[in-house]
Amino acid sequence: MSQWHIDVQNVNKFYGEYHASKNISFQVEKGKLVGLLGPSGGGKTTILRMIAGLEQPDNGSILFRGQEMNRVEPQKRGIGVVFQNYALFKHMTVFDNIAFGLNVQKKSKSFIKERVNELLDLTNLSGLGKRYPNELSGGQRQRVAFARALAPEPQILLLDEPFAAIDAHVRRELRSWLREMIDRLGITTLFVTHDQEEAIEIADQILVVNQGRIEQHGTPIEIYQSPQTDFVARFIGESTQFVPKGIIHGFNGVADGREVLIRPEFVEIGKPNEIALPSAASQGTVRHLYYRGASWEVEVEVGGELLIGNRSVEKSSLKIGDKVSVLVHRLIVFENGKANIVENQFKYDPMPVFI
Amino acid sequence: MSTRRTSSVIPGFGLTMGYTIVYLSLIVLIPLAGLFFKMGSGDWQHIIEVITSPRVLAAFRVSLLTSLGAALANGVIGLLIAWVLVRYPFSGRKFVDALIDLPFALPTAVAGIALTSLYSPKGWMGQLFGEIGIKIAYTPLGISLALLFIGLPFVVRTIQPVLQDAETDVEEAALTLGASRWVTFWKVILPTLLPSWLTGVSLAFARGIGEYGSVVFISGNMPMKTEIVPLLIITQLEQFDYVAAASIAVVMLLLSFLMLFVINTLQWLARRRMQNT
Repeated sequence: MSQWHIDVQNVNKFYGEYHASKNISFQVEKGKLVGLLGPSGGGKTTILRMIAGLEQPDNGSILFRGQEMNRVEPQKRGIGVVFQNYALFKHMTVFDNIAFGLNVQKKSKSFIKERVNELLDLTNLSGLGKRYPNELSGGQRQRVAFARALAPEPQILLLDEPFAAIDAHVRRELRSWLREMIDRLGITTLFVTHDQEEAIEIADQILVVNQGRIEQHGTPIEIYQSPQTDFVARFIGESTQFVPKGIIHGFNGVADGREVLIRPEFVEIGKPNEIALPSAASQGTVRHLYYRGASWEVEVEVGGELLIGNRSVEKSSLKIGDKVSVLVHRLIVFENGKANIVENQFKYDPMPVFI
Repeated sequence: MSTRRTSSVIPGFGLTMGYTIVYLSLIVLIPLAGLFFKMGSGDWQHIIEVITSPRVLAAFRVSLLTSLGAALANGVIGLLIAWVLVRYPFSGRKFVDALIDLPFALPTAVAGIALTSLYSPKGWMGQLFGEIGIKIAYTPLGISLALLFIGLPFVVRTIQPVLQDAETDVEEAALTLGASRWVTFWKVILPTLLPSWLTGVSLAFARGIGEYGSVVFISGNMPMKTEIVPLLIITQLEQFDYVAAASIAVVMLLLSFLMLFVINTLQWLARRRMQNT
């Protein structure tokens, strides 16, 4: 018995000439919630469908608890799948939809009734058992799809863009509900999403997938704070990219002629007396101000480049044209497709100059 | 006007509705009403005698049973053909797809003559079936065969678009829930197709009842055995008994209407649940 619940080894998939999955390898521990994150058409769904058994890999292996699954039919894999558009059976009531998998297993009527009612409770759908899918809201349909997938007690749950078709505020609710439910049931879950906020919020582990390749596998914090590739750095979070012309104080010589990336949270903007380490800061001019409710988004010009930073609404307000100090805490420097994080040298200067 | 009408993209409800009613009156309602007038002008005793005569009753039986049989058989075969055409991308699919419409275009008499010469006891297929003791031409089986040919496109063409639109992820969902292919077909695919299947079958059935051209050649037209109602109506017309012809036609019309009504109700029940999703 392997320690990995899901073990994907060197899987390749071609659609004719098109190489949809390139040497995919990753492992998932039991009970973890793993997000497959990447742009549309990047090959996330193909990976999910191969694990479900709905597509066959051209080579490589997929193992569940150390057992090879390549030739096992989807019916016998012990998986539950929630499809992007839910794929509910429109001609069946909510109850019959959820009971479908149990009916297939020829469970007793009383068992089915008990189990379905339990799932209706779990998914906050009590009392809706007699409705048809077309009489439900998007969020409710989504939860019926969950309940249906969970009914036969699968060992692995696979979700394809589970929240894509749902209103923004309902999506937020459903996300935390999903996280809680999965913690409670302890079921190993893989979900596909193109929404990084969603992946970062609920996943234990994230697989960043781009052009059929896994770019990086790590926790949300690792993915966010130490991107390993050019693509991951650009894809995750907001950023400004440019080739600096020796204008940012504290990064002398580190990024000459190379492209760098700065995130708003790397940039501290303040009036000259507000910055704790004035020696590490550069001088800039405020060019634009956007009110974001919780903070101000400030566009500041430093040596001909526009940087974006956030400023608390609690601090004294800035005006366009104000001269400000800009402390850039760190940069991401690209080199041959790799992303390196460089900290501001003066922040850690052994002999700082105090004025 | 006190209430505001909801505006539609293309205006002109009054004009188009008026046109619809005038058109339907001229083409459908007035001729059919004429039928009832003709029957009403006759002697009731004579009418009842005609309608209840054994020969007419036998013709009704033959017409309804052969049409129903052919429509149901077409329901099975048509579903299969539609499935093959939609789901499998084989070479020559476009050609096969075009063949389906042939019964629409071909003069039905041509089809009747072709089928008769093939399936008569001396024809190609007729000889083969004759050896195993099955007579096709000049029996009710032959009539059904002709109606099978006539009705096929109705079933295929009504199921095809629905099958094309059907999401395959519903089938995949059934598979991942542990359902075999067989269970998936019966419990998931078939119920989705039911409304359009019923439409196709009822169209084929209605067409079968009215079919004349292809059937008269292959049926042999033996009174009490293989005589269909439309033929009986022609026979009455040839004897200048217009009242009798109109009476038979009216009964036929009412029977067809009743059966279509039943089928449409079933279809409505099946479709009602599946709207909007």
